[in-house]
Amino acid sequence: MSVTSSELMATELLRLVTAGSVDDGKSTLIGRLLYDTKQILADQLEHIEETSQRRGDGYVNLALLTDGLRAEREQGITIDVAYRSFVTARRRFQLADAPGHVQYTRNMVTGASTADLAIILLDARKGVVEQTRRHSYIAAILGIPHVVVAVNKMDLVDFSEERYRAIEQELRETSERLELRDVRVIPMSALRGDNVVERGEGMPQSMAWYDGPTLLEHLETVEIAGDRDLAHRRFPVQWVIRPISDSHHDYRGYGGQVAGGVWAAGDDVVVLPSGRRSRVAAVESLDGPLDLAVAGMSVTIRLEDALDVSRGDMLADPMESPTVARELEATVCWMAERPLEPRTRLVVKHTTRTVRAIADELLSVVDIHTLEDQPSPERLELNDVARVRFRLAEPLAVDSYAENRATGAFILIDESTNDTVGAGMILSAMS
Amino acid sequence: MIQVPVHLSHLDELEAEAVHIVREVAAELERPVLLFSGGKDSIVLLRLAEKAFRPGKFPFPVMHVDTGHNFPEVLEYRDRRVAELGETLLVASVQESIDNGRVVEETGPRASRNQLQTTTLLDAIEQHRFDAAIGGARRDEERARAKERIFSFRDDFGQWNPRAQRPELWNLYNGRLRRGEQVRVFPISNWTELDVWQYIARENLELPPIYFAHEREVFRRDGMLYAVSEFVERQDDEDPFTVSVRFRTVGDMSCTGAVASEARSLEDVVAEIAATRVTERGETRADDRASEAAMEDRKRVGYF
Ligand SMILES: Nc1nc2c(ncn2[C@@H]2O[C@H](COP(=O)(O)OP(=O)(O)O)[C@@H](O)[C@H]2O)c(=O)[nH]1
Repeated sequence: MSVTSSELMATELLRLVTAGSVDDGKSTLIGRLLYDTKQILADQLEHIEETSQRRGDGYVNLALLTDGLRAEREQGITIDVAYRSFVTARRRFQLADAPGHVQYTRNMVTGASTADLAIILLDARKGVVEQTRRHSYIAAILGIPHVVVAVNKMDLVDFSEERYRAIEQELRETSERLELRDVRVIPMSALRGDNVVERGEGMPQSMAWYDGPTLLEHLETVEIAGDRDLAHRRFPVQWVIRPISDSHHDYRGYGGQVAGGVWAAGDDVVVLPSGRRSRVAAVESLDGPLDLAVAGMSVTIRLEDALDVSRGDMLADPMESPTVARELEATVCWMAERPLEPRTRLVVKHTTRTVRAIADELLSVVDIHTLEDQPSPERLELNDVARVRFRLAEPLAVDSYAENRATGAFILIDESTNDTVGAGMILSAMS
Repeated sequence: MIQVPVHLSHLDELEAEAVHIVREVAAELERPVLLFSGGKDSIVLLRLAEKAFRPGKFPFPVMHVDTGHNFPEVLEYRDRRVAELGETLLVASVQESIDNGRVVEETGPRASRNQLQTTTLLDAIEQHRFDAAIGGARRDEERARAKERIFSFRDDFGQWNPRAQRPELWNLYNGRLRRGEQVRVFPISNWTELDVWQYIARENLELPPIYFAHEREVFRRDGMLYAVSEFVERQDDEDPFTVSVRFRTVGDMSCTGAVASEARSLEDVVAEIAATRVTERGETRADDRASEAAMEDRKRVGYF
């Protein structure tokens, strides 16, 4: 199989995040994926072969490919999300590896925020455990459209179909409860490579009873183009382009990344929060005018009228416009050591707009063990997931996160340290 | 309903992400600068800045940290390219840092000015009071980078503290600085070497000629090929010979290795790199050229 360069240039990008408890085999799985898709260059391979031998592993330990993280874990220091790329003939993959540890929620939320797909690992001997439910829960609140549950270490349960079916059944209940739309369960052995990239060998073939795709086959074919919001036009203005040169004397363009819908010249526009109306004169890029721009593209939009539009304004479809909100209710993941007390002042960055806010009321916090809501917590600790009501000093044009991941998300910034201290997903908005 | 082409390619997505990042830096920071080496990654950065701000001008100057040992072809390209764009070029010179006694030149056959660049860069940042430097580093270059943020904060001494990084969520970057801090921003963090080459091909970007196979007088050291130049002292057993080579990076002449190659066009180079990364399944090792080239990639310092 050879891949031509033009084929490679047309591949889609799939962003994924991996999650699993310590020792479920996540490093081995990632190593296996990279190894079996031939991403490992000769010198890297030599390095891990040598290290495996020195450690007396008795096999080439693919987990060592991510040993930077391993070393940190052994030293018990801060664990962080690591990003990796790999490519096959069919897709380009961007992987956020969120290691499991105390800081787990924060890491996974970070990696999950941009993910199209989450791989959640579990150990076939242990089945669905608390961590599995927690990871599924995070995938659900972060709105990750596709989930794969990798039932790993099947070799340690004699590749038992019965064991696998029981786990599958339990997972079905969890995903229904969490309203996860697309969950694919795949039995595998990351160590042997069965059902990761290749089907795997063995006499007889170890999991002949499984007739679904391997992990890679699924990653290469899962339909992601439909995940964008193409129905509701949203365009946060990021940068105003005003050359004031002789050739572009009256030019005024709005640079930004389309957050929703399909944009074209002639579209009606409302500018929020002001509420003024205009129409799209042109959608352009460096290459000239575009017929259309869809969610995800960075473009420049010009309007027919010379309105005073600036960074932080939102252009939208007047027929289905976002809510101009003074008050928000949101799911918050708290990411700072310092707890969040009710009535704390914070800064909210939403799309390209930054406003001051007060965390008026802590409505409930999720019990990380039972995933049940506990009403009215006194404060939020690091890694807590909670429902919080905010009052905003200035209005924001928002959608619910369930409707639009770009216009429904915000980060929280502590003004005294300038640190990012939380992630927010809007549930509802009041004007 | 109109039929909409919703399949953005990976290059479209990476470009959209990077343009968004470049605009965010311009909007959130007061005095950014774009670092430009004349190398392929920073050539892509210039293109992204055009995408972000045209028909306006760049809201920041372009700066090169010149080691004084650069390939002449690259310097020629640098000056011409920035002039064509009509943007401002600043040159921070390592030679000046040496002359001013800020740094001490290494001596001997393995002398290199790579380490010295950092001081020159930090001095220039201080002199111009820049608060953000946009660079072309990528996460696939080395392991430590895999965890580095796109907005990567540096203390007063330009140091990165990997243990105290801000979480980076969605496309919502927090560019707020603490006192004395600066930020390095890497818009093409998520790109691979292959993505960069594919993008150059797609955008039809001109590159300095040393990126393509050409006949050159080289010598072999530690299994790598280096250009013969006035900046490198050869040892007795390092006999020069002429072969067809290309460079994968364009750093200091004294420590930038070449790879033997016949790839004379952009398409040939993309094909060569694609082949080193995506080989047939079943083949267990990448070929020798791949490993040699990869080592070279890793040797590259420029770690600002
Ligand atoms: N038998 C068996 N062992 C596995 C499998 N996957 C991983 N392991 C082993 O489980 C241990 C933990 O794996 P590792 O990848 O380091 O787990 P992580 O903590 O999730 O990254 C190691 O000893 C692996 O060799 C598998 O599919 N089968």
